[in-house]
Amino acid sequence: MLEIKNLHATVDNKEILRGVNLTVRAGEIHAIMGPNGSGKSTLAQVLAGRQTYEVQEGEVLYRGKDLLEMSVEDRAREGVFLAFQYPVEIPGVTTSYFLKAALNSVRKHRGEEELDAMEFLALVKERAKLVEMEQSFLQRSVNEGFSGGEKKRNEIFQMAVLEPKLAVLDETDSGLDIDALRIVADGVNKLRRPDNAVIVVTHYQRLLNYIVPDFVHVLMNGRIVRSGGKELALELEKRGYDWMKVEATVEAGS
Amino acid sequence: MATENQTIEELAGKEYKYGFITDIESDTAPRGLNEDIIRFISAKKEEPEWLLEWRLKAFRHWLTMEEPDWHNVHYPAIDYQNIIYYSAPKKKTELKSLDEVDPELLRTYEKLGISLAEQERLAGVAVDAVFDSVSVATTFKGKLNELGIIFCSFSEAVRDHPELVKKWLGSVVPAGDNFFAALNSAVFTDGSFCYIPKGVRCPMELSTYFRINAADTGQFERTLIVAEEGSYVSYLEGCTAPIRDTNQLHAAVVELVALDDAQIKYSTVQNWYPGDKDGKGGIYNFVTKRGKCAGVNSRISWTQVETGSSITWKYPSVLLQGDNSVGEFYSVALTNNRQQADTGTKMIHIGRNTRSTIVSKGISAGFGNNSYRGLVSIQKGAERSRNFSQCDSLLLGDKCGAHTFPYIKVKNTSSKVEHEATTSKIGEDQIFYCTQRGLSTEDAVNMIVNGFCKEVFRELPMEFAVEAQKLLGVSLEGSVG
Repeated sequence: MLEIKNLHATVDNKEILRGVNLTVRAGEIHAIMGPNGSGKSTLAQVLAGRQTYEVQEGEVLYRGKDLLEMSVEDRAREGVFLAFQYPVEIPGVTTSYFLKAALNSVRKHRGEEELDAMEFLALVKERAKLVEMEQSFLQRSVNEGFSGGEKKRNEIFQMAVLEPKLAVLDETDSGLDIDALRIVADGVNKLRRPDNAVIVVTHYQRLLNYIVPDFVHVLMNGRIVRSGGKELALELEKRGYDWMKVEATVEAGS
Repeated sequence: MATENQTIEELAGKEYKYGFITDIESDTAPRGLNEDIIRFISAKKEEPEWLLEWRLKAFRHWLTMEEPDWHNVHYPAIDYQNIIYYSAPKKKTELKSLDEVDPELLRTYEKLGISLAEQERLAGVAVDAVFDSVSVATTFKGKLNELGIIFCSFSEAVRDHPELVKKWLGSVVPAGDNFFAALNSAVFTDGSFCYIPKGVRCPMELSTYFRINAADTGQFERTLIVAEEGSYVSYLEGCTAPIRDTNQLHAAVVELVALDDAQIKYSTVQNWYPGDKDGKGGIYNFVTKRGKCAGVNSRISWTQVETGSSITWKYPSVLLQGDNSVGEFYSVALTNNRQQADTGTKMIHIGRNTRSTIVSKGISAGFGNNSYRGLVSIQKGAERSRNFSQCDSLLLGDKCGAHTFPYIKVKNTSSKVEHEATTSKIGEDQIFYCTQRGLSTEDAVNMIVNGFCKEVFRELPMEFAVEAQKLLGVSLEGSVG
């Protein structure tokens, strides 16, 4: 599904990613954890194609294709989805209109028929249930006046409609109370299929109680310094990141 | 043809009687402007004496006026003596099929979703479709006649309903109102006239589209709409299809009168030629539009979508004379490439308990320059009046400009005026969010811009709103990349 090899990326000439290696296969859930400023969000944004970040070195293969060569919209149309840490407001554009345009551009790319208004409505009604969304929000402007929790739920709802192959959830748990966290996690779990994969970027182990990862990676100073199973997350919760920092420094020095 | 020539010859003969000295061989007046030219225009149009006098008065006043320079637009000086002020409507050279039409134009038609038949009509292809629209227009006219609604060209109105024209012409925009209005009053050639009798609700949107002879109304257009007591009319001006015109200067005047309990809704989509990327060749559009809420409880709404012209200078205004009257102004003005727009409104509150709403959305892209200029004046007697203004500007790129010049004058203490203004840039994060969902950058920008304009678009009649959205997309082409 996804193969990241020796990925280096900078923002404003500052190196954030310093050689990330990661392989994700279909059907897997990977968690990427790490302290503030370790490069977690940068990795998510680079995968989505944000231009603020400059890739200096390395390669990313996505379903056999060179992901870094693709435009932002082509990555999306090929099934890469980023659930934003800070979803953006688009005043005057209804969620329904926005999502229909998005879905149809994805379907067009796949060579599928575009959905008409009735078909689209039937689909979103069904998917809205996954994240326990009121239908009225479809007629509200995209993310405008949404609470933090509503914005995050809206991200997962969009994911449910667009059915990506690879979903990257960037700190989807931040700012959520426990009920909202459960709803969001339930949504992600229900969307899990053998032919898609999820990368969960998070600070805390909390979310991983609900979305159980197959692999946990610790990102520090722009590198993955440790990988393991879900128990690694529990260890981090107990011991924090500091002990690993020492190990990482030792490793880097050797 | 023979009789037509005869008529012209007869007219030409008449003109000498009025002291017209230039030798007239064709249907086109010589360049320049003087009283003889005005007499020539008036005679060509077989106008009554009073109208000629009215024109001459306007012209004499115009001579004493100076071209305004307070606006925030720049253009080379206009030589008013180098303009041809009258040219009989020419027969368009008819094309045999769409294959002969400029492919660039066809591409734009397609983007706007204009049907093939309509494309042919617009491009001047001689086909049966033209007859279709004639028959539509005929049915339409029959229905209006039954209701006593008059909807015709200005020239026809002068001929068939002189008493109405005489009563209302210049009653809202006096002949000497401003430099461009005075010029229009002196030399206007045609336009639209619309009269809604007492208590009649016009059952359809009146559109210049249905007025077959609306083509070639020329550069000095004059429109007059009178809504009698308790009547209602919605009027559509312009169309989204690109309009090419060889006349660079346009100075139109539109007057609206709403009597007691009457309502006029006036919607405009202006898509004149904006000039090329460097701003060469575009239309200078200097328009005076004003409505008078003469009666109690009357209401006038202006809605405009301005995407064309290289210079747009217009301030559709409302005089709120009748007590409890309402004035509204909803505007989207887009400037791309080298376009300049200085537009806004004046709400003059005279009657008691009058209300006005202003919603202005300015979009600047490329090297475009967009100014909102508005006056809210609440006079002493306009007790308990209210105004709400909202002026939002959206910038695409860093070479364009947005300016706001709001003027507020309040002369009593019982009224309330609110003004809100915002300026924002289309965010890179907004575009990224949209493209991450699979939209192209162009579609993303269109969507964001259309969302920005939503409050104005919802004031437009449904099908007009859909067209206006597409038009914004076409007008923004090449502004991102």
